This record gives sequence, structure tokens and C-alpha cells, in this order.
Amino acid sequence: MSARITLTGVRQTFLVKGNDDRRLREFVALDGLDLVVEPGEFVTVVGPSGCGKSTILDLVAGLSRPKGGRVEVDGKQIEGPGLDRSVVFQQYTLLPWRTAQGNVEFALEAHGGFSKAERADRAREYLELVGLTEFANRLPHELSGGMKQRVAIARSLCYGPEVLLMDEPFGALDAQTRERLQEELLDIWRRTGTTIVFITHDIDEAVFLGQRVAVMSTRPGRIVETIRVDLDRAQAGDKDLRATAEFATFRHRIWSLLRQQSTPRHLEEVREVA
Amino acid sequence: MRLPSSVLEERTEARPNQRQEAAAGVRSARPRRRAAQGWYRGFLGIVVLGGIWELAPRLGIVDSYFIPPLHIVLQALGEMVADGELWRHAQASLVRAGAGFAGATIVAIPLGAAIAWYRPVREFLTPVLEVFRNTAALALLPVFTLLLGIGETSKIAIILYACFFPILLSTIAGVATVDPQLLRSARVLGLSPATTFRKVVFPAAVPTIFTGIRISGAASILVLIAAEMVGAEAGLGFLINYANLNFLIPKMYAAILTTSALGLAVNYGLVSLERRFSRWRT
Repeated sequence: MSARITLTGVRQTFLVKGNDDRRLREFVALDGLDLVVEPGEFVTVVGPSGCGKSTILDLVAGLSRPKGGRVEVDGKQIEGPGLDRSVVFQQYTLLPWRTAQGNVEFALEAHGGFSKAERADRAREYLELVGLTEFANRLPHELSGGMKQRVAIARSLCYGPEVLLMDEPFGALDAQTRERLQEELLDIWRRTGTTIVFITHDIDEAVFLGQRVAVMSTRPGRIVETIRVDLDRAQAGDKDLRATAEFATFRHRIWSLLRQQSTPRHLEEVREVA
Repeated sequence: MRLPSSVLEERTEARPNQRQEAAAGVRSARPRRRAAQGWYRGFLGIVVLGGIWELAPRLGIVDSYFIPPLHIVLQALGEMVADGELWRHAQASLVRAGAGFAGATIVAIPLGAAIAWYRPVREFLTPVLEVFRNTAALALLPVFTLLLGIGETSKIAIILYACFFPILLSTIAGVATVDPQLLRSARVLGLSPATTFRKVVFPAAVPTIFTGIRISGAASILVLIAAEMVGAEAGLGFLINYANLNFLIPKMYAAILTTSALGLAVNYGLVSLERRFSRWRT
């Protein structure tokens, strides 16, 4: 179960008001953005903060429509949110009055077509996938950040979406928890075969997770280059992949790309403001 | 183990963090004694108050005709309980307050939800509601009496009116301030607006709505007593007024004590209900 995502010449703008002069103007978030994600692929999108990474995700999720260009899943233009795609946001978006189990069941209720018993079984199954069996009856405020995000992942996967969109899901976690969740995510990806688009500003995370890393420019955002990362992740759990020379090479290439294209534009922006 | 006595010590007390709790599979607890000790101190406060009430008139600090010692008031209260007089009045009051309060809840919650949910409804109704909200309920008592007569209806109506606005405003606030992230995830899951409201927005708003309900509980008693003082043949407000006019001072205080007890019971009941529905909030 996986689908191909195509973004062609995507342009997205918002109406904004300046902080100083309160004039309305157009804010160009994305312009001429092209990206193809193959079925079953794990692509990470990395870019400086404010470059429009999350805007891409909103478009693919169907939460917003592009002002120009095409956003397609399996060749079909995206008209709105759909259960073929699911999203894990950076902020924990669990229903605080429902237990971990209840939150996973919530997605199944939204999906429809499951009996109460089926929902409970399936929710348990996916909580087990993310290693939270013992915490099924805890409310979100009784869970740590990493656990909440695990529940969110279980909730996103439980109804079998073809595409999993992740918007800096581990951004708020501590380093050790983040690394462990990254490894678990790779494992889940291998087992489910879901297409994953993962947004991050962390270069290490992008290299570690992505089969390909799409590097974005600063505003207006577009993809500068897509780099194929050929790392042997098979034993990622046992071996410190991040310490290998290959990893460092990929990391440095992306770092240089981000550095190159961001500096001059950044200065330009400062001048504009001044 | 020494128990912390000031807020500073209490709030900065060392406890396991969530990750430690998770790793060990436990939850942090507090020593049991603290709750019992709190009750004990609270009880002591009440006893001191009762003592002052008893002694001040006896020692001639206040005129014992206007403020009789506590035991005389309690005696009057006991007599009224025994001959069923108190229950008759309390029942009349409870029915009025309950009807007005329930009516307000039934009308205000859906209306508040509609106001917060639909922009046109909000824009249309906000000015009208502002006008009414800023008109004191008791100022409208003559209007209610003119329109609905001096019977039960006008009293229930004014209680309903007084209870209506706190619930309405808290419902609007609760629905309007739902975490947009929750709404986004509901949209991503493809929930219909109606289902989103039922499964996400309303449960999220319940604790805020309950704050309004609790305020309304207090308002219902307040307006009830005032309305009964103006024109009624039964009820605690009537009893207070009647006893006062007939110089049955101990009886008057007994009736006042009963309204305090009623207010306490209503507030305590609503607070525990509120807590039950807000348990998920940290």
C-alpha cells in the first residue's frame, strides 16, 4: 500500500500584514517547486526555518490548495484531505480526554467500517507496533513527549494509509528519544511499506532517515537538489551509523548546499526589512 | 518526613519526572497525611467562627437581640426542621432554582455553540447579547413580573435569565478556543464538521462550559433569594424576609444559614462534577 506523490511547479502564497506598516501584501511561500516521491519511498525534506517545508506538507495533506502548479497522488489532483494520506504533526495532536488506546481508536472511528471490537483490537495491535502496550490506558498528559508522538504515529498508521506525512515529528524531543524513534520509524517503514514524506530542519535526521533528501532553498521555497543517500541501514540499531564516514560525507554535502544558497538570500532579506 | 507548609516548598518539591515515571512504570504520589491534616485545619476554622458567633453576643460585644448567640439560632433551625417548615420553604426554592438553572443550561449550551461555530450567527447576535448581558437580572424583575405575573413562572424566568449568560459566554469561549491543531488533525482524518464538533470540539469545550455552569449555580441562588424576597408565599428568601418583618430574628438567621448551606451544596456538587469532566486537563 503506497502511492506516488508528484508536485509540479507548485506556487503557494498567503495574504499577510507587515509588523510595522500594517499593509496587506502577498507572501510567497513556495514558487516553482518540483518534487516526485516514488511509491514506498522514504523522502526527507530539509531546509532552513521558514522556507515553506510545512506548506508542502499542508498541500499534500489537502489542508490547503496551491495557487499554482499541480499536487497529485497517483496522478490524481488532490482535492482535500483523504484517508489515503495521514499526517503526524510536530505538536502533539492527541485528544487529551482520550487514552492512548482511545486516540488510536479515534482514527478508526473517523475511518469507519470497523466494529467496536475490531477498533479495540486494531488499536492494541498498532500500540504494540510502537511499543506502548503497557501505556494503552494512560491519558496524554500522563505520557512523555516521545510516547505521545508514538501514539500519534500509531494513530496515523492504524487505518493503513498509503502515504505518511510527517512534519518535524521529533522536533520537540530530547536527543536520545529522537534517535530511538528514528530507528523505530525506519523499522515501521520497512514493515509497512508506506510512502513517507518527512519534513525536518535537522540535517542528521534527514540523512539518517531518507532514501533521498530534498534540499530546499529559503523563501520562496523550492527544491534546490535531491540527493540519493545510499547507506546500509540494515543494522542501524546495532551500529552507530551516524559516526561512519559515508554518513559524514552526505551530511557535509547537504550542509554545504544549505549554506551556499541561503547566505546571499538571507542578507537580501535583511536589507529589504531595513 | 516533614511536610512542606508554604507554596514555595510545595511547588518546588522534588518528584520523579515523566520519563522516570515511565521507565519505572509508576506515578508520583504524595504522603497521605496531608489531606487529613487539611480537613482538620479547615474544621478548626469553622469551629473558631462558630465560637465567635456564640461568644460575641454573650459577652455583650454585639447586641444579642440583633445577633443572637449561635445556639439559639441552631435551636430555631432545629424547630423548623422538626415541624417541616424549613423543608417546605427549601423545596419551593429548590424547584425554582433547579428549573431556572436547567432551562438556562438547555438553552445556553446549544446557542453558545452555534454562536461560536457559525460566524454569521455570531455577528448577528453579539450586539444583542451584549445589551442583555449588561442589564442586571434583578433590574428586569419588574418586567418579568409584569409579563409573567407574580407566580412561579416569573421567578423561574428571572433565574433562567441570570443563569443563562455565564453558561452562554463560557460555551462560546470553550468552543472558540479549541486547539487549532486538534481541528487540523480532525480535518486530516476526514471527519465531517458535525462529527468534528461532536467528537473534538464539544469534549474540548466541556471544562470551560463547566466553569460557566458553576458560576450560574451561584447566580441562581443569589437571584432566587432576591426574587423570593420581593413577592412569594414560600421559599427561603420569603422566609428570611418574613422572619425579619416579624422580629423572629433567630428564625431569620436559621433561614440565612440554610441558604448558605444550599449555596455550598450547589457549588460543591458542581465543582466535583466539573473536576470529573476535566480530569484530562493537567
